[in-house]
Amino acid sequence: MSDLRTGARVVGALGARSIRQTFRRPQLISPIVVFPTLLLAIQTGGAGAGIELPGFPPVQSFLQFMLAGSMMQSMMLAGNSGGIAFAVDIEMGFTDRLFASPIPRFAIVLGRLAGTAALGLFASLWFLAIGLIFGAHIEGGIPGALLAIALITTSAIAVGGIGAAIALRTGSASVVQGLFPLVLVVLFLSSAFFPQELMVEPAKTIAEYNPFSFIVEGVREPIISGIDATQTLEAVAAIAGIILLGLGLSASALRHRLRTG
Amino acid sequence: MEAASVTRAPAPAGWRTNLATVAALMARAKNELLRVPGAAIPGVLAPTIFFLGLNGVFGSLIHLPGFDSGSYESFIVPVSMLQGAGFTGAAAGVNLARDYEQGWVDRLLVSPAPRWVLLGGNVLAASARAFIPATFVLAIGFLIGVQWPGLDGLIVCYLMVAAMAAVAACWGSMLALHYKSQSAAPLMQAGMMGLILLTPAYAPLELLQPWLEKVAEFNPVTHVVEAARQGFVGSVTWGETWPGLLAVAGLLGVLGALALREMRRTNA
Repeated sequence: MSDLRTGARVVGALGARSIRQTFRRPQLISPIVVFPTLLLAIQTGGAGAGIELPGFPPVQSFLQFMLAGSMMQSMMLAGNSGGIAFAVDIEMGFTDRLFASPIPRFAIVLGRLAGTAALGLFASLWFLAIGLIFGAHIEGGIPGALLAIALITTSAIAVGGIGAAIALRTGSASVVQGLFPLVLVVLFLSSAFFPQELMVEPAKTIAEYNPFSFIVEGVREPIISGIDATQTLEAVAAIAGIILLGLGLSASALRHRLRTG
Repeated sequence: MEAASVTRAPAPAGWRTNLATVAALMARAKNELLRVPGAAIPGVLAPTIFFLGLNGVFGSLIHLPGFDSGSYESFIVPVSMLQGAGFTGAAAGVNLARDYEQGWVDRLLVSPAPRWVLLGGNVLAASARAFIPATFVLAIGFLIGVQWPGLDGLIVCYLMVAAMAAVAACWGSMLALHYKSQSAAPLMQAGMMGLILLTPAYAPLELLQPWLEKVAEFNPVTHVVEAARQGFVGSVTWGETWPGLLAVAGLLGVLGALALREMRRTNA
């Protein structure tokens, strides 16, 4: 019981540290806030007429449709930023000091993931606030907004797990930073920014099977029409799958690092 | 006698010396590229991903009434080329901030080279480097069906790309010399991204949302985008070329002057 309490305190302390670290460095916070907000404005203004295309789902505005995509983008970049910061900690020897201290090893990774989850929560609140300020309705009301927030926050843990695994395996901030374009690829090849039925091949087919499409649809549905059990369950299943993958890869990378030093 | 000749003051730097200094700074940038080829990858990858991604996501916008191009890839390719130029120019600013942090800029500042020559070397190197992402994006574009813009269209497009990289390098250099830290990198990149995309980048002016239409009308880069795009969606005319030339000249004048002011304020 005492071990568990110690572990929880370590996770809390490391999580708080990672949040402070992100907000103190413009290089880390800017991809989470500035770029997705700028892109939301540009895409809403530039491609907003797309809602008039036949086959576009009924929405109040393109901004309302785009909110889920922007939350996803911000959350994924938060995962990437968390991975970069973790790799910097490894490069600077901070993680070695944690390994040498009498704390559970899993708490080191979970602390980082707690920080990433908090940034995911921040991203979802940020974009919901922007949406509401600029007139977007949340059709699912408060329960719908809470569902969207919960899905984005847990998705941040899922994506952060993969970022942490790569940081632990490579120990190089530049390698994790190199994944930044991959985040964009994954987003463009999902239905984050446009309905999948209206996308152009081969992006359309890839988006159909991309697990991030299931997550974004699960986040979008409560915003544009209301809570849908099927889409929510599909999103939860996709998030659970990525969390398991991320934690499995992190555990393996952690063992590798402890073995090889 | 020999000692006197050694201590003699150097002859005043003429235009030949200035050109040689600019060439040396450009050669340094080229060497950096050859020795660390991986450093150029993000600048090439990002506009390529944007090009392919935007084409896959928003390609069906051409079915909207009023869209004046039958091929979205042709419509968007010049924007991605300009985006590559923007990233390359901003990277020149980041590199200058790194050079400042490492003390290299201090050594340049105590040299007898005029400040504008030091800035010019950095800016021209960015212009030359911008041809790499632009050519890569264009090659990918041709592979997926971008229409041939004609030789005149291609020349105008590359001219806009080189000029836009110079504009971005002036912007990046100004911020690098002001903040003297690589931490300003997001501001350099976001500024250029905003400037290039707050234009009819995704759709013609008439199809933009009213607020963006207003912003785009006042954004000088709109003329640059339209000049670069004309060969890909129609024919090249002087009427669409000169506003682009005027816009880049104006941006270069203003941002170049601001960057030079920051450089003059920077003490070794």
